[in-house]
Amino acid sequence: MEFEYETKTGSLRVYTPREIDECAASELRTEVDMLIDNYQIRRLIFDFMNTEFMDSSGIGMLIGRSRKMGYSGGYVEADHLNERVWKIFTLAGLPKLISVVKEEVYD
Amino acid sequence: MIRQQAQEMSLRFDSYPENEQFARMAVTAFLMDLNPMVDEMADIKTAVSEAVTNAILHGYEGVIGQVYLVCKKQGADVALTITDYGKGIEDIEKAREPFFTTKPEAERSGMGFAFMEAFMDEVHIASTPGRGTCVEMKKRLQLPVRE
Repeated sequence: MEFEYETKTGSLRVYTPREIDECAASELRTEVDMLIDNYQIRRLIFDFMNTEFMDSSGIGMLIGRSRKMGYSGGYVEADHLNERVWKIFTLAGLPKLISVVKEEVYD
Repeated sequence: MIRQQAQEMSLRFDSYPENEQFARMAVTAFLMDLNPMVDEMADIKTAVSEAVTNAILHGYEGVIGQVYLVCKKQGADVALTITDYGKGIEDIEKAREPFFTTKPEAERSGMGFAFMEAFMDEVHIASTPGRGTCVEMKKRLQLPVRE
């Protein structure tokens, strides 16, 4: 799996892959943690613009990153959720942990 | 063309995590001729992903075993059965609770069964500790009216 990312002084934007299942979630977990430590990230943004599918493995990965960032005084945001990913987010109560940049498509 | 007769397909695959994607895609391809709505197909894909991931991660726990998947379609009705012969579930009621997980250290969300229940009409779980688990799920699609 490949994903792109951008860093800018203390902030990291991760473009998540098209489908986030167990395999993708565990790769993201490893790579994102490495980037967080290497670049001393305080603000982590998951950008879902390419993501069409996510299951509960993705939820676990996001909750884990939110905790990790919380320990070091940082935080996590989510951007460009499509309706599907938004549905998964709300079912799992994620908007309480991760601030979602809302777009007009959501009600 | 939508046939009124029941059609069935079955898969047996090794419990490598990457085979979960294969299972999801096979089910998607099998149901494509029913022309489900995008959201319905996504619901089914998510439910398959949850059940198969459970079989792989919790049933076999890294040991390579066989996962069995059967998908039936008849008219607008879709039925799925996912079976493993792994370690089984001690307490099914507890396993169904949202956020309950036996593997919090592995960052499991505990939402697997909750998602299956949210996205499918029916979810039945049969499990015997030490023997394995069988998850049966059903969903009726909103198909266009036909004669």
